[in-house]
Amino acid sequence: MGSSRLQVLTISRFTLLEALRTRFPWLVLATILLAVLGSLFVKQIAVTETVRQQTAFLAASLRLAAVFIMGLYISSSMVREFNDKGLELLLSLDLPRATYAGGKFLGFSLIALLMVASICLPIAFLAPLPAVLLWGASLAMELWIVCALSLFCIITFTQIMSATSFVLAFYILARSIAAIRLISGSALLDQSSVSHQITVFLVDSFWFLLPSLNVFTQTAWLVNQAEWKMILPIAAQTAIYIGLLVGAALFDFYRKDL
Amino acid sequence: MQQRAFRAVPKSVALILIASLCLQLAWQYQQPRPTAHAEDLVFPPDSKTLQALSLGEPIALAQLMTLYLQAFDNQPGISIPFRDLDYDRVQTWLARILDLDPVGQYPLLMASHIYAQVPDTAKQRQMLEFVYQQFFEDPNRRWPWLAHAAIMAKHRLKDLPLALRYAQAISKYATDPDVPHWASQMPIFILEDMGELESAKILLGGLLVSGIVTDSHEIHLLTERLQELENEEKSSGVPKN
Repeated sequence: MGSSRLQVLTISRFTLLEALRTRFPWLVLATILLAVLGSLFVKQIAVTETVRQQTAFLAASLRLAAVFIMGLYISSSMVREFNDKGLELLLSLDLPRATYAGGKFLGFSLIALLMVASICLPIAFLAPLPAVLLWGASLAMELWIVCALSLFCIITFTQIMSATSFVLAFYILARSIAAIRLISGSALLDQSSVSHQITVFLVDSFWFLLPSLNVFTQTAWLVNQAEWKMILPIAAQTAIYIGLLVGAALFDFYRKDL
Repeated sequence: MQQRAFRAVPKSVALILIASLCLQLAWQYQQPRPTAHAEDLVFPPDSKTLQALSLGEPIALAQLMTLYLQAFDNQPGISIPFRDLDYDRVQTWLARILDLDPVGQYPLLMASHIYAQVPDTAKQRQMLEFVYQQFFEDPNRRWPWLAHAAIMAKHRLKDLPLALRYAQAISKYATDPDVPHWASQMPIFILEDMGELESAKILLGGLLVSGIVTDSHEIHLLTERLQELENEEKSSGVPKN
């Protein structure tokens, strides 16, 4: 194994250990417990299709919570490393910046994978296993994009507040851009007005630059039907976008003068 | 934190960034444009749930819901005729939006001017009836939509009794001084069209006597109209009740 690859694995291992030795696992477990309790409440008040309602609530709330926790954890963990001068210490060694960033990304991706496994556990009691596996695979990919995005944001902004705000805004926009594009193209609007054309241009630009997160991790897979072929375009989009975000993060990281 | 020069970035990193960006643009380019499907329009949650979901911003949520509903129309490149939509669902959406924002007029405009324009009589009637039902919640603000519904009932549906029902509702309940007189006078002209000359005459006479009409030009016009009705009645020999 090459030394660079070994360095990546070492950094990812310590990133994973850091998460496991802090209160992060307890936070994830507490969130899952709260969501399960909330879903039981929904089941109690639902008049019909009680299991369907419970599954939909549990899956949708855990998906959002996972994105929020992951984004916030990465930002705070990286900022602590910046503040403790741990980054300077690491980079003073014979360690390329790409190796450090790659190791961090791999570590955070493994954390995301463990998180998805814990989230899928309660959902597996409510939905068919193949559907849960498909949903979980998609959630893992969604979280990997969030990991790469958070890494890019924290390297660029270096502050928790701005990095987390950007991650959340990006996530919401990526989830809703398809609906926004649909609405902006309405034939009921005055298509010839300049303001409309500018709006459509801006929305289309965002559409091209953002990942289509609206097709990821759909609750409908759990409560209706799911097919494994759905995962292929999601995997392709994930690979492309992680490349883009990691590339952007490295570009910015190499320009930083520590 | 200081920034180093661009040349500090390894070429491979810049290459990854540019290649990924190109791939992303190409990927999104080959994705189909998002489209709305008639069957995708599901029933909205009930009003209480929507109030809770609005987080204290019911007007903002109402506007978002309106925009969402509006997306189920003719999209560039594809066509979803409104008649393909489930009108019970459309009506529920419109009602929920009005519940969230009772002062907003948008849902009634959509009901009377957009969804009531489909070439399907049953759906036209459903939308007009929806406007009629909603009118009673706020007659002085919602009368224009019912007036449009009355005109549609008269000219499109050729259903004069229905048009008269709508017109009479405006005349009776939209009593704000800002409501124009032509709106209050609609029943007269519909009754005239129905051949109910005597009823139209009584209504017109009553309007003139009531003192509601104060504009001299309008009084003159209505007096002339009353005279014409009386002449018409005499010449046709319509018996008085």
